[in-house]
Formats: sequence, C-alpha cells, structure tokens
Amino acid sequence: MASLEVSRSPRRSRRELEVRSPRQNKYSVLLPTYNERENLPLIVWLLVKSFSESGINYEIIIIDDGSPDGTRDVAEQLEKIYGSDRILLRPREKKLGLGTAYIHGMKHATGNYIIIMDADLSHHPKFIPEFIRKQKEGNFDIVSGTRYKGNGGVYGWDLKRKIISDGVLPCCPGWSLLGSSDPPILASWDYSRGANFLTQILLRPGASDLTGSFRLYRKEVLEKLIEKCVSKGYVFQMEMIVRARQLNYTIGEVPISFVDRVYGESKLGGNEIVSFLKGLLTLFATT
Amino acid sequence: MLSVGGLRLNLVRFSFLLLRGALLPFFAVTMTKLAQWLWGLAILGSTWVALTTGALGLELPLSCQEVLWPLPAYLLVSAGCYALGTVGYRVATFHDCEDAARELQSQIQEARADLARRGLRF
Repeated sequence: MASLEVSRSPRRSRRELEVRSPRQNKYSVLLPTYNERENLPLIVWLLVKSFSESGINYEIIIIDDGSPDGTRDVAEQLEKIYGSDRILLRPREKKLGLGTAYIHGMKHATGNYIIIMDADLSHHPKFIPEFIRKQKEGNFDIVSGTRYKGNGGVYGWDLKRKIISDGVLPCCPGWSLLGSSDPPILASWDYSRGANFLTQILLRPGASDLTGSFRLYRKEVLEKLIEKCVSKGYVFQMEMIVRARQLNYTIGEVPISFVDRVYGESKLGGNEIVSFLKGLLTLFATT
Repeated sequence: MLSVGGLRLNLVRFSFLLLRGALLPFFAVTMTKLAQWLWGLAILGSTWVALTTGALGLELPLSCQEVLWPLPAYLLVSAGCYALGTVGYRVATFHDCEDAARELQSQIQEARADLARRGLRF
C-alpha cells in the first residue's frame, strides 16, 4: 500500500538530469580505507583496468582514516604511478565513520556520478561498466549491486552464514568503514537470506540487496541522501535505500559477485545480530 | 420497517464506505511502516472480532463461523511456513561464485606483477 508524501519535494525534470554525451560524464570512485595496505594497490589496479578498457572518464578518491599500517604511503606511490588527476588523496586524521568519509570525498569529487565500494576486494570493479550501462539504460538515480538476484552471489560462506544472513545479519562490508562507535572487529558480515527476508517483509524497500555497498549514485542524489540519513555502519546503507524510495528516486539493480576473502576471520556473534535487529526496527518505526 | 432488499443494499453501501475509510490513511497520509502494520492489523483484528462475536448483529451461517474463528491462528502458521520455505529455498539456490574467486586470484597475481614493474614497493 502506498504512502505518499503529503507535500512532494520539488524535483528537477527528468530531462534536465538526462545523460549527457559519454564524453562529458565523469565517474568518481570513493574509496574510504582503513588498514588496506595490501588491498589498495590491487583494487586501484583493477579499477584503472576496468575504466581504461571501457574508455570511461574517471577519478579515484582515496579517503584514508589515519591507518597505522602505512596505507597512506602506498596511496602516495599509486598517485605517482597513475597521476594525480586520476588518483586523489584526501586523507583524514582518524577513523571518523562512513557517512563523513563520503561527505569529505564528495567535496573533492569533480565527477557527476559517484561510485561507492569496498576497498577489500570483495567488490570487483569489472561490474562498474555494467552499472554505468544500466544507469544509462533506465536513467536511474541509483544503481545498486545485488547479490540476491539474477546471477549475483557470494563466494566464501558456509551454510550457517547463508541462513542467518538471509535471515538476520546485515552486511557490514569493509570492516574499514564503520563509525567509531561500532566494535572494532566487525565482520565482513554478509547479508544472508534470513536478514534479507525479514527486511523485505518489514521495509518493502523495492531493492533486493539492502546492505550491499557497491553502488552508483548521481552526485546530487548522494548528497541529498547523506544529509537525510542518521544511522551508522551497515544500517546506514540500508537507510540510504529506504530514504531514496521515500524521495521517489529510481533504483536499478545489477547482479554482482561478492568474494568474501576474510570469512575465516569473522565470527558470527550475537552482538551483530542484535545491532542489526535494532537498526532494522528503528528504520521500521521511523520511515 | 425497511424491506429485506433495502437493508441488504444499505449494508453493502455501509461496508463499502467503511472499507474506503479504513484504507484512506494508507493513501492520503504519510505513515511509517510500523504505523501501516498497526493500522492494518487493527482493521483486520476489529473486523474479525466484530464478525465472530456478532457485535454488528449479523447472523452468519455456521459454516462461515467455523472458518472465521480459527483464521488468525491459521494465517500465522501459514506465514511461518511461508517464511521458512522461502528462506530454505533461497539458501538452497544460493549462488556460490567459485569462478569469481578463482578469477580474482589470478588477477591479483597479474596486478602485483604489473605494479612491481611500475615501481610500486609493496
């Protein structure tokens, strides 16, 4: 059953927001990092490869939150290799959380589209040209990568995680990106079928993968959504989609594969389940 | 004294208006998901209570009564079965991307070699 806004917020006509010629579109990738010294060169290499092969105009903005493992040095070397017009370093002093990382990154972004993703290689840049194609196809405001539709899927989960995730657990992609109030070792959880099912029933979000964080946004859409969202961590990702629905933004989906390389290290804790349920119920009661 | 036909017609009209009134909030007002659920449950619940306790003075045939009375419990159990079935099905058909993992591994090797060539010190 629909719930309409009593007073609609004015939106620019679709024609104004339509895609300009490919030459004029620029895609900024926001990569918040924390202790990604190993993975950062690899993800940047894959990004450069995908973009160059498709002839897309891009830039990569690395927002390092004062990683103690030397991520910043590696980032500086990458900037020298690929050029400072392609790799932008915008570090911060300490771990400040995902939402603020995005805001900080967007201030320096010169593209008209923003791509957010994990820097731990669970998201593969090869899907980005597909996101872009999908966005043009439907003139979507947001394109979200989904692990639950089409031939999307996950590598690296055992049965228990598949059940709970689809049942209860949300994706906390990038242990690197949580707000400072979250526990430090938060799993690269993934959204399993149970959690997903519960969320679909309660929130009816119109998107199949709510906690995924591999997405393409129009720059102004992302700015608007971040302004409105109040949660932290993975619930933040969920809230973004729910708010986007409220504001009548269009969302397209592209199946992606999610390679969970660190599953060995993460534990399925009651803590995570509880905090997910809290976040879900908050969204249920407030949106 | 109204004729039977007239009574039935008024009843139909009345229930139509009632239905419209009950559904109106969903369309005219911004409701949170919680509010939608509570409102929906309130409507269904009160309808069920009204019908089973005969509060409206309606005399339903016994077969209807027999079906109506356990309906909430039945719906609850069905919902539970549906949930279990759906989650079970989705877990069973979960897509394990083995080849994605393999592809990633080989690309990692390629990347390390290329970056080392370009002067990156790991």
